[in-house]
Amino acid sequence: MASLPAATGIVAQDVCKSFGDHLVLDKVSLAVEEGTILALLGPNGAGKTTMVRILSTLIPADSGSMRIAGHDVVADPDRVRAVIGVTGQFSAVDNLLTGAENLQLMADLRHLGREAGRRRVAELLEQFGLTDAAHRLLSTYSGGMRRRLDLAMTLVDQPRVIFLDEPTTGLDPRSRRTMWQIIRELATAGVTILLTTQYLDEADQLADRIAVLDQGRIVAEGTPAELKSHIPGGHVRLHFADPYLLHSASELLPAAAPDQDQLVLQVPADGTVDSLRGLLDELHEAGVSVERLTIHTPDLDDVFFAVTGSHVAVQLNEDPAPQGVPLS
Amino acid sequence: MTTLANTLSDSRVMLRRNLKHQLRYPSMTVMLIGLPIVLLLLFVYVFGGQLGAGLGAHQGRSTYLNYVVPGLLLITVASAVQGTSIMVAMDMTGGIIDRFRTMAIARASVLTGHVLGSLIQTLVAVAVLIGVAFGLGFRSAAGPLQWLAAMGIVALFAFALIWLAVALGLAAKSVETASNTPMILFLLLFLSSGFVATATMPTGLRQFAEYQPFTPVADTVRGLLNGVAIGDHAIAAIAWSIGIAVVAYLWAIRLYNRRRAAEPT
Repeated sequence: MASLPAATGIVAQDVCKSFGDHLVLDKVSLAVEEGTILALLGPNGAGKTTMVRILSTLIPADSGSMRIAGHDVVADPDRVRAVIGVTGQFSAVDNLLTGAENLQLMADLRHLGREAGRRRVAELLEQFGLTDAAHRLLSTYSGGMRRRLDLAMTLVDQPRVIFLDEPTTGLDPRSRRTMWQIIRELATAGVTILLTTQYLDEADQLADRIAVLDQGRIVAEGTPAELKSHIPGGHVRLHFADPYLLHSASELLPAAAPDQDQLVLQVPADGTVDSLRGLLDELHEAGVSVERLTIHTPDLDDVFFAVTGSHVAVQLNEDPAPQGVPLS
Repeated sequence: MTTLANTLSDSRVMLRRNLKHQLRYPSMTVMLIGLPIVLLLLFVYVFGGQLGAGLGAHQGRSTYLNYVVPGLLLITVASAVQGTSIMVAMDMTGGIIDRFRTMAIARASVLTGHVLGSLIQTLVAVAVLIGVAFGLGFRSAAGPLQWLAAMGIVALFAFALIWLAVALGLAAKSVETASNTPMILFLLLFLSSGFVATATMPTGLRQFAEYQPFTPVADTVRGLLNGVAIGDHAIAAIAWSIGIAVVAYLWAIRLYNRRRAAEPT
């Protein structure tokens, strides 16, 4: 393995995948440089998991080419499997074994050898704070512990490329931070990571680059800073007293994103007083009363809404903002 | 390591995992071993008096015990493979199978682990049942060679049905389905010479009973254990076992390789 060329990470070119008539991935291309983290960001059903399953050799793509650490995914899946680690969305642990036995199972299947295997298992239990629970059955583990064990199992053979499919979904904030810390340490150690997430703050926190996937297409790609620079003024959040008012307002402002639960309408805005006055006048004239409003400076949420909401995405594609790098 | 060495090593690891599962899920293991024993008691003490009388003049419960033990051995096999089907389906509906698939391990080792583990479990259950049968007064005319041959036939048939159960477990969309479909094996067993002589059945049923796999297997094992001539039953039993094993193996491998390939996420 030492003779392989360096800096090979993950490269995918024009990957397409359909399930029946449903086109799930439409010419998706992405590249992850060795030792960096790419966050594949998108709503449920965008195709994130399908992309991970294809890259990790679980399902075949209909077309497109992919190389992982220099190996062709289609022609040489076993070579790829030898260098990758995958932590899926649903915990891939054996519930009828203890934590230590799960890790030992991985060590045995990776043919680490008796001594090296035991050492690695002990090391990982320690690193992931599972030493005390090592000999307990998984049925006694909390969600966070299972997820940590899941990731630890992925790392037994020190893979060079790791796929993390929604690694923190369903975790409490503290477990989430622990997971983030572990992921950062892995990247620092030179591991190439592709992680999928629907949490924008997670992508912001962890990723060197972010690719936004929506309905099977990459709609934006860049560093977190580059993506944010395309949404100059952030947004205004309008809070309403009832769903009817929210409904009227969102009809009036089709580019905005309504949140039915919180009765909030999120309107892209550039933050100038004039635009704010214009917005309020428009609502006032239409007889839609706003309870209160908050103004937000741009964060990835804005990018997300901007590029995944169809109206704004079209505008962005046709008329890229003057500063920064083109989005797609 | 060579490919063969890897395959053997991976299969051994999977077998160990499977045996651990059996120990960690004792309620199922106990149920699979316990059910045939309950049925043995039922057949001998509830039905045995009357069914024994049907075997000939001056015959009774103890004659029927000798008659029915092979049938109960096959119940043990059917019961154990139901467990196989459940365990395979549990594995396939859990997340860990995807982890195995993304690792460079011998692909079939997951299945061979299940098959070998189930075979060991079945043979243990068979041994327990024979022990209980002896305790109830079962007496065999068989010498060591006949015993070996009888156990060989049971093991071969079990091997075939275990592969069938693996395929059924893979084909099942849920653990519940996987637990139900092997019930057909119990039905087939009741429609064979396992519990009553096929000669006592009405014509249509008798013909069916005589040409399905459980009958030659039951007759062969019974002949060997009771010191009666087995004729060409043994050949039929071996042919059925090999046939079922080959077809079920191919079916299982096909299902395993195809599984989830077309599943949207």
